[in-house]
Amino acid sequence: MAEKSQPSANYSTWPVILALSIVSAPLVLMYAYLFIDTITDTAAGSLIPDSFTLRHWRFLWETPAGKPNIWLVTLNTLIFATSVTTVIVLVSSMAGYVLSRLNVPGRGFFLAGVMVLHAFPSVTLIIAIFIVLQMIGLYNSLIGVILVKAAIDLPLGIWLMKGFYDTVPWEIEMAGVVDGASRFRVWRSLVLPQVRPGIMAVGLFSFLTAWSEFILPQVLAPGSKVQVLSVYLSALIADDNNFDFGTFKAVGVFYIIPVLIVYALFHKYLMNIYGGGSKG
Amino acid sequence: MRILLDNFSKSFGATKVIENMTFEVGHGEMLALLGPSGCGKSTTLFAICGIHRPTGGRILFGDRDVTDLPSQARNIGVVFQSYALYPHMTVAENIGFPLKVKGMATADIGKEVDRISGLVHIGNLLGRRPAELSGGQQQRVALARALVRKPDVLLLDEPLANLDAKLRLEMRSEIRRIQRETGITAILVTHDQVEAMSMCDRIAIMKEGEIVQIATPAEMYSDPRTAFVAGFLGNPPITFLRGVMANGAFVIPDSEIRVPLPASVSAPEGAKLMLGVRPEHFTPTGDISAPGNVTFAETQGRENLYDVQLNGGSLLRSIQPVRHDVNIGDAVTWAIDSKNALVFDDDGRRL
Ligand SMILES: Nc1ncnc2c1ncn2[C@@H]1O[C@H](COP(=O)(O)OP(=O)(O)OP(=O)(O)O)[C@@H](O)[C@H]1O
Ligand SMILES: [Mg+2]
Repeated sequence: MAEKSQPSANYSTWPVILALSIVSAPLVLMYAYLFIDTITDTAAGSLIPDSFTLRHWRFLWETPAGKPNIWLVTLNTLIFATSVTTVIVLVSSMAGYVLSRLNVPGRGFFLAGVMVLHAFPSVTLIIAIFIVLQMIGLYNSLIGVILVKAAIDLPLGIWLMKGFYDTVPWEIEMAGVVDGASRFRVWRSLVLPQVRPGIMAVGLFSFLTAWSEFILPQVLAPGSKVQVLSVYLSALIADDNNFDFGTFKAVGVFYIIPVLIVYALFHKYLMNIYGGGSKG
Repeated sequence: MRILLDNFSKSFGATKVIENMTFEVGHGEMLALLGPSGCGKSTTLFAICGIHRPTGGRILFGDRDVTDLPSQARNIGVVFQSYALYPHMTVAENIGFPLKVKGMATADIGKEVDRISGLVHIGNLLGRRPAELSGGQQQRVALARALVRKPDVLLLDEPLANLDAKLRLEMRSEIRRIQRETGITAILVTHDQVEAMSMCDRIAIMKEGEIVQIATPAEMYSDPRTAFVAGFLGNPPITFLRGVMANGAFVIPDSEIRVPLPASVSAPEGAKLMLGVRPEHFTPTGDISAPGNVTFAETQGRENLYDVQLNGGSLLRSIQPVRHDVNIGDAVTWAIDSKNALVFDDDGRRL
């Protein structure tokens, strides 16, 4: 686990903090304005808001004509992100173990292949995937885009999990085997608990990237029944007829709130991806 | 249960670690596998518990051939070199795991865990996790976990390596007591000769993947088959003089030392020989006097240890009851007890 860094006694920290504050001030200011803009009205050309309003948040309780219901979209996004996470965690926790421990034929080739797959930007595959999905009838369905997103993110998950499994000492497994446990039992009740931080990290990572995924749902599942938040959001700006910048910002804020909550609750597990340790 | 290794061989890819090893451990016996680091002790142990598949030969428990049996089906208890406790489980869960795997009822597991943890004196630690235990306590948990399923065979891979001197002494007799009480057949891997001699019925000395000699500790000490065995057993270790055979005696050229050899020692005239003299057999009371200068003196409390450089350059070691009249640099004339000296040929074979 990442230790809280102690302020060093060798130099004072305030110049560093000051410099960082100055550099990040524009970002903080932008976010602050983003939020303030959603609940206020500002006269054209002015920077100072002049009145409080909730009309930008109207999308929460009324559905504009031609747009899907926001709660349906949110539900879709949630289903999309959790399904992708589940698939990735399940598959990579098993595949990582196999690649780390078992003597499967073609292991080196498979590892290299997984790495190469990860190097492909998903955009380059999207036309082919589109055609495949259409042929097997999964175009414009959540299942289709879930499978595609999970498949594209799996290599990274598998690699990360393999790294975590590599740190688990062999002796634990040997002890389990001589204690009479089957290989599966050893994995389930002895090894898996050792890589729990890894599973948390991979799960969280998958959830966050799936939540913010745009291009795959946009191309493969644009229909209003299966729309996710990112697609909904982009449809808002694409709509030239009744362009509403305030609503766009409000939806944006609405979209990142879950991310912030998840991040605040679990950020220490994310750090584990870089720590790579077996300690929780 | 008897363990028999019959022509057992093990190699990892191209590296041959063990070739054609054969030995037997009797029912209820405790055997020490003693040897320097890297000689293949752990490898042998892992083959016996089924983690490594032998590349050749057979392994028998009793009359049952277990060579191709997986570990799970062998009913063995192992204490690993690193203990290998399960870090996420409490002590009680660790000890109970083998029983849980067997599908024993929770209440019975609790009873067994209580019984066995009493045996190794860790009854008060059952709720802790391995990270919250000292090395000695972890070692006892590992021992308890190995014993709890009443295995046919107990394998111990340097179980005492991480303990302090006092605890080591305690655990030595503790393990031996438990082994005797349960009548279990045990193999102890160690590179500590004192441990091997004090705990085990017999010792097998290994060198580079081969067993050099198997014997009881007393036999092995007084009747070593090679210079390697003689050098490995005994603390402080034996010292060797180099010389030649001349007129039925061991002679160091250019020195007056001449040790008559028994008629049973047959070596051609002029053959190079080694004479092993244990420190307790080079004292003021021996029969072949060997004058020299003290180059090293150390007191061990009850005894003193001296290194003596003989006239001519060879070194002998002496251990004697504490005395204060000998210092480094002094010339002394102590003597070798020729009846107890061990004669080896140039290759280290005992004559
Ligand atoms: N998996 C492996 N692959 C290749 N070589 C191995 C493997 N395991 C052990 N060896 C080699 O086999 C030899 C014997 O190893 P082993 O672990 O049995 O030694 P040991 O006698 O237990 O030593 P120590 O007292 O240091 O534990 C060593 O030279 C080691 O390098
Ligand atoms: Mg070893």
